[in-house]
Amino acid sequence: MKTINIIGAGLAGLMAAVTAASAGYQCRLFSRQRSERAQSVLAEGGINAVLNTMGEDDEIENHFADTMRGGVDLADPNAVDAMVHAAPGIVTWLHQIGVPFNMQDGHMIQRNFGGQKKKRTAFAKSSTGKMLMAGLIDETRKWEADGTVQRFAHHDFIRILTEETEVGLICRGVRIRDEYSGRLTDYEGPVILASGGLAGVFPGMTTGTTQNSGEVTSTLFSQGVRLGNLEMIQYHPTTFGINGKRCLVTEAARGEGGRLFVMRNGSPWYFMEEKYPVLKNLMPRDVVSREIYFVTRQEDCQDQVYLDLTGLPAETWKKKLPDLREEIRHYLDIDAAKKPVPVEPGIHYFMGGIDVDELHRTSIRGLYAGGECCSQYHGANRLGGNSLLGAIYGGKKAAETVMGEYDSYVAEVSGYAALQPLPADFDDPLTREADPVLILQLREILLAGMGIVREEESMQKALDQVLALKEEAEKDLQGQETGGNLRDRNRIHLAEAMLRSALARRESRGAHYRSDYPEKDEEYRKTAVAEWKDGRACITYRPLPERRSAGR
Amino acid sequence: MKIILDILRRENAQSTPYHQQIPFETEDETCTVAGALTEINNDKEAADSQGHLVGKIIWQSSCLQKKCGACAMLIGGRPRLACDTQLREFAKKGRVTLEPLKKFPVVADLMVDREIMYANLDTIGIWLKESALLDEDSSDQAYDASRCLQCGCCLEVCPNFYPGGFFTGPASVAPVSRLISMLPESQKKELFHAYEKHIFEGCGKSLACENICPAKIEVNRMLIHSNAAAVWKRGSFRRKKA
Ligand SMILES: Cc1cc2nc3c(=O)[nH]c(=O)nc-3n(C[C@H](O)[C@H](O)[C@H](O)COP(=O)(O)OP(=O)(O)OC[C@H]3O[C@@H](n4cnc5c(N)ncnc54)[C@H](O)[C@@H]3O)c2cc1C
Ligand code: SF4
Ligand code: SF4
Ligand code: FES
Repeated sequence: MKTINIIGAGLAGLMAAVTAASAGYQCRLFSRQRSERAQSVLAEGGINAVLNTMGEDDEIENHFADTMRGGVDLADPNAVDAMVHAAPGIVTWLHQIGVPFNMQDGHMIQRNFGGQKKKRTAFAKSSTGKMLMAGLIDETRKWEADGTVQRFAHHDFIRILTEETEVGLICRGVRIRDEYSGRLTDYEGPVILASGGLAGVFPGMTTGTTQNSGEVTSTLFSQGVRLGNLEMIQYHPTTFGINGKRCLVTEAARGEGGRLFVMRNGSPWYFMEEKYPVLKNLMPRDVVSREIYFVTRQEDCQDQVYLDLTGLPAETWKKKLPDLREEIRHYLDIDAAKKPVPVEPGIHYFMGGIDVDELHRTSIRGLYAGGECCSQYHGANRLGGNSLLGAIYGGKKAAETVMGEYDSYVAEVSGYAALQPLPADFDDPLTREADPVLILQLREILLAGMGIVREEESMQKALDQVLALKEEAEKDLQGQETGGNLRDRNRIHLAEAMLRSALARRESRGAHYRSDYPEKDEEYRKTAVAEWKDGRACITYRPLPERRSAGR
Repeated sequence: MKIILDILRRENAQSTPYHQQIPFETEDETCTVAGALTEINNDKEAADSQGHLVGKIIWQSSCLQKKCGACAMLIGGRPRLACDTQLREFAKKGRVTLEPLKKFPVVADLMVDREIMYANLDTIGIWLKESALLDEDSSDQAYDASRCLQCGCCLEVCPNFYPGGFFTGPASVAPVSRLISMLPESQKKELFHAYEKHIFEGCGKSLACENICPAKIEVNRMLIHSNAAAVWKRGSFRRKKA
């Protein structure tokens, strides 16, 4: 039986499972919690695809150009090309599996989203992620019922199992811990990572979930997996703080007509409209967040920006943004239809992550990645509506690649003895949880170094602090395999890689804005690759490929 | 604000549960039960009212904004979401009890095993065999039904639900209603039969479920709608055959 291991059951993991299962592959679907609790359910605004239902003569080539421009040319153009071409088919399929997209006169409605001139974002009111997940969960259940997909909810990723070969590491399988029984099991076969973004590196400071702890990526990095573009962290311009996290005000609010302003000398200044007369409030997120940063520091302006939604028609609230209005009322006690909403930028998305090639292969054979855990499609800044698409398409693509390489993978690992079952009381030092105090310490250091506006000195200071923590952790670990805490150490390694990656890129591009290098530099139009080597995070640059075929 | 969290603790399913009183103080007026549990777990020195170290309290969370259902537990005796329950509600009393949901097996402390909910959806057969039939009206129905969090709060209060019984309980009402709203003709007979057996015949219409639902799922409306589609139509279909 051909079996694939999938880590994560958000959109990317579910899509990988459905793709492989419908081709007859057995899937093991591991996740910390059930899919209903994955970060994907939080997505609000919508998913991009050129369906051309709004009479605007949209073309797939526009989607390609906007995605590349939005990402400031740091994405692999061939990967982006393939994704935007697949998008219309994906959205149509999602509708067929029961996603209740907003419709009018028998066709899907599309809305405006940031960084795109045409209405290209399909949506289900203001809970698109939840609706996509409900459809994909049911679709996956169909394969669970006949046994093709085996669900392992409440199962935690511990580490990948690798073998050193002449041509580098090969992934033999994955070690998993059942959170209910505490029992560890090794599962053989290729592995697709779909473990989501790095919210857990900044606990309490992002719009994401507590489940995406950052543990998978930090462990993999210490195990030798390469990461890419770690400096690219998206600050969403419109969030507000609630107890324990940042709450998102979807970009759809601006897509439907919301306007940003700041009080300047006593009257509202619609700064985005004045500075960017074409896209106005719908400039890409990196630009909007930066403008908010700058205007709130201007002497003649107050330090609070507001989102004015009072001009939205009643019909729009009811049919397109009902949950948003209710949410703002619930948390801020403001009726957004009547009063402007105070907003601030907040950490929202990670363009960087596990480094993959166009086919979603990682640097280790037999190991693949899709969804927000990997760095693909979004370059230096992600456009709204492109990550739901990227997660679904990436999960699908990763599964297709695994299947295409399955036989050669099996041939390669055939020389090794099968993985032995672990005894019931088997222990792995990586099951010991990271120290919450250290996690918060690292968070503060990274926030200070990797804000919306960065410069050498503060980044270097942050790196020095991380290196001091690293030295302590190494001492704790020295000479005793199980002493100290490996998860702590791995988190420190990841933090070191993030800061070194940010320091190395001496230019401003997308989400990485440096006041000491405020211009874009063509020299740096390359993927920053981080690898753990000789006891430190090493950063190298890989040139991006040329686009093979424009507008097929 | 100062408050005592009275938590029903238990190391694992085998061990004996005990109550632990943990004094908690916060300046944040909006602090939720989830916020308090997070803070206590971040504090290695946190001690209970007898001065014993608290240690890590096991509970589940994910979204922290009442959108995922992970953090359902009994708060002051009622099933609620920890991230949507502010401590100030209990400030006057000065204490609040936290216990795991009781209809499910406890794994540890406040974490329970809710897998039965998913097994129930498998039993009913909640999936499409052919393309969905969605138009503007049915999309609205499907949207409302897709909002269910599978948190399990409703099962806790439903007088007719117990794990392992034939009645799959209110948590399966929304998923079934979602499927019915878009169901292709070919699947009707089978699903309607399952609905009648696993939901219609078990529900006593007390609507305790709807009152407690943190997502405000309109269980009653969905039951009426599903009954109309599945039971009464099926009834006439049967009669015709006889
Ligand atoms: C509030 C919000 C709104 C958004 N709105 C939009 C939008 O409108 N449009 C858009 O395109 N994008 C949006 N996004 C981004 C988009 O939702 C995500 O990028 C996308 O859903 C990620 O999907 P995923 O499958 O990669 O990861 P996730 O959905 O995060 O899933 C990760 C999975 O990995 C599992 N996992 C994590 N760690 C472990 C571990 N150690 N062991 C086992 N399993 C583990 C989790 O349990 C989960 O199942 C939004 C994001 C947020 C936070
Ligand atoms: S119906 Fe409500 S209470 Fe019941 S599982 Fe769904 S969201 Fe939870
Ligand atoms: S109406 Fe009453 S019996 Fe029926 S599902 Fe709800 S709580 Fe249970
Ligand atoms: S953590 Fe998601 S509902 Fe409370």
